[in-house]
Amino acid sequence: MSIETIVKEFSAVAANPKGQLKAYKDAGKKCIGVMPYYAPEELVYAAGMMPFGMWGSNSKTIQRAKEYCATFYCTIAQLDLEMLLDGTMDLLDGVITPTICDTLRPMSQNIRVAMSEKLPCIFLAHPQNRFADFGKQFCMDQYDHVKGELEKIAGHEIKSEDIAKAIKVYNKSRAARREFVKLASEHCDVIDPIMRSAVLKAAWFMDKAEYTEKLEALNAELKALPAAKWNGVKVVTSGIICDNPVLLKVFKDNNVAIAADDVAHESRAFRTDASEEGDPMMALVEQFTNTDYDILLYDPQSSKNRRGEFVANLVKESGAQGLVLFMQQFCDPEEMEFPYLKRALDAAGIPFIKLGVDQQMRDFGQAATAIQAFADVLSVQ
Amino acid sequence: MAKQVSPGVLALRKVVDDVYADAREAKKQGKLVGWSSSKFPCELAEAFDLNVMYPENQAAGIAAQRDGEIMCQAAEDLGFDNDICGYARISLAYAAGKRASRKFDPETLEFIIDPKSGKPLKDENGNVVIDPETGKPKKDPKTQVPYTVLDDIHEIEALPETTEKEIAYKNFRREAIKPYKQMRIPQPDFVLCCNNICNCMTKWYENIARMCNIPLIMVDIPYNNTIEVSDSAVKYVRAQFDAAIHQLEELTGKKFDEEKFELACKHANRTAQNWLKVCDYLQYKPAPMSGFDLFNHMADVVTARGKEAAADAFDLLAHDLEQNIKEGTSTLPFPEKYRVMFEGIPCWPKLPNLFKPLKENGVNVTAVVYAPAFGFVYNNMDEMARAYYKAPNSVCIEQGVAWREGICRDNKVDGVLVHYNRSCKPWSGYMAEMQRRFTKDLGVPCAGFDGDQADPRNFNEAQYTTRVQGLVEAMDANKKD
Repeated sequence: MSIETIVKEFSAVAANPKGQLKAYKDAGKKCIGVMPYYAPEELVYAAGMMPFGMWGSNSKTIQRAKEYCATFYCTIAQLDLEMLLDGTMDLLDGVITPTICDTLRPMSQNIRVAMSEKLPCIFLAHPQNRFADFGKQFCMDQYDHVKGELEKIAGHEIKSEDIAKAIKVYNKSRAARREFVKLASEHCDVIDPIMRSAVLKAAWFMDKAEYTEKLEALNAELKALPAAKWNGVKVVTSGIICDNPVLLKVFKDNNVAIAADDVAHESRAFRTDASEEGDPMMALVEQFTNTDYDILLYDPQSSKNRRGEFVANLVKESGAQGLVLFMQQFCDPEEMEFPYLKRALDAAGIPFIKLGVDQQMRDFGQAATAIQAFADVLSVQ
Repeated sequence: MAKQVSPGVLALRKVVDDVYADAREAKKQGKLVGWSSSKFPCELAEAFDLNVMYPENQAAGIAAQRDGEIMCQAAEDLGFDNDICGYARISLAYAAGKRASRKFDPETLEFIIDPKSGKPLKDENGNVVIDPETGKPKKDPKTQVPYTVLDDIHEIEALPETTEKEIAYKNFRREAIKPYKQMRIPQPDFVLCCNNICNCMTKWYENIARMCNIPLIMVDIPYNNTIEVSDSAVKYVRAQFDAAIHQLEELTGKKFDEEKFELACKHANRTAQNWLKVCDYLQYKPAPMSGFDLFNHMADVVTARGKEAAADAFDLLAHDLEQNIKEGTSTLPFPEKYRVMFEGIPCWPKLPNLFKPLKENGVNVTAVVYAPAFGFVYNNMDEMARAYYKAPNSVCIEQGVAWREGICRDNKVDGVLVHYNRSCKPWSGYMAEMQRRFTKDLGVPCAGFDGDQADPRNFNEAQYTTRVQGLVEAMDANKKD
């Protein structure tokens, strides 16, 4: 298949999650909504069910969720609730609600209350003190709870060997996505930021084995291409999510390619693999406890600026000239980490811009001006 | 006539003053001083005789002293978004060395008075003196204060001190920092973080640790979805207590003193019980105190829970209240017509503005969720872990509602006033559903208003007054039915 055809297929999936949900349901699969962050999707997959990523929406307006949320809440979480209330996600058989940030904590309650007659909500609280054995044990207890609840929905036990198989499928998918990120940068003349986003976003709404097969085919096609002749600039993107095609078109129009990302919806979600050796449940636990350099997670070496320096290194290693930070409105963790990210970028001499975004934004005029000006600055450097 | 302050209140004030003074003295003597989140198990630090300051209490104090805005802005200038919790912003600015100070002339070393500050001047008959030039009331010079400016302790310390003039200037600039206790707490040597209040706390304390290059001791309390605290959760927290003790041993070079720990636990339990006893006096109708008093007394539960003096002071206050009951008096400066629960943290910079329409309408706050929220009572380490697992923002909606409806019933409220606190996402995050439940379960009206615990820019007095008015009308209608 041609690059164009595969990308088109991914784009169609990314643009129509509701259609994907229906297709899986029609095929007899049970589907589980998975909210951010770090939920062990592999358990859903191992249960023979289809995990469905829930990262808000770029086209919906918050209406029903207002019954539950004050205005100063992250739009991703509010739109997840909106889609559960307005019927978009009615076909789901359950939803996993992690609670690692201050918005997701009360949101887990709002969703459980709002969905009490509609679908089961599976609560998940990750430990922040996650490195010692006691942290791992707590995480294991939580994952056991999630597993038990999933078994109730699936109607059967989730076997250890199925979890092991799911881990292999997911590791393969993560490796393919990491490779795609590199190839998309190397061939940024072919894969523009809109396509890159669509390819990565589709992973949240597809069976991972099916997704990986398609992505590996795309990667093979990209590898076969001659080196890109790129006259534009390259940046690293950072933030929670930047999947709005209208905003990404501004990148494309200004010849700004994405060399790598530090985005929760993209690379942060597939940076860390689970071990394929030993107890698969412990492998999933350790996959979480090994997750590092993440704004949502506690860093015991907090007197150092490890995350800031990690992102600055990412920019350098990826060959980008600068960084674009998508500051998700009302996201405390991102906001709290900004001053030290800035410090690390400044120390490394990396130019950056910070764009305030949320999923209710429809006018990107201001962002467009900023990106255009930033591209001009980078191009003369 | 000066307002009469009861012995209990005086004792409570002294306890907090002593905590601050002791920490300043400890720092002078070269001892370690830590900063701690309000619901970190203070019993652990007490076992090591450590002096600990509480940034939340400090931020509330700074906000109440009207310096919340300048400190919040200082944090914003450091790159912290104005969306972040106001307490965190004030604390981060302070940790970075920023201080609210008094403007002075560098040549004369005299303060520059803000002509807009101060109270109106009154003549010998108590009448306001009008300035014939402006037609406006004259200010009483004795009550006027200098302009508030932002300073930075690191800048001050970097100043030269070779000439006498330079030394005098440097010293004056040090002294110009506002003299109230919350603006004069020592910089931290370590931080103690327990995120049972919010996850913002985790990032807040990480930032302090980074700014000051100091160790952080972390007790993580994940959010809980059930009223019960599971054995798994208790095990996790217990193990963290042990890890924290080990870290404190390394930090102080001392062994964990079990006897001191037991004693601190004993005091903490007594403080909690006496705090709950004091809170329970709001069950009397009319109440022998203004519920707003509890907001002030919270400082003791936060900063001195593990100290005998705090337990004693609450005991004394309970006696005062008992006396009020006998005499039929109250600290409420108006007759109590309605009783409400005040939901959330008060808007510290705007306390008089919060109080005004309540006073005008005879509304007493007779219930605050802080009553059960700080009532940590336990008999052993496992129960202690369970107790600390239950903070207002770490409990599920059923527990949150049960706490509130319990005090609403016991304290006989006629309505609920809900503060949608711009600083506190986890707290405000399920209030809409809670409001619906209060009305359904208790049959009382609720009114919400927008505000902030520390940043005065997020409070709209007109909206607040209208909402209070609406609540009063609804309570009135409810009473007539």
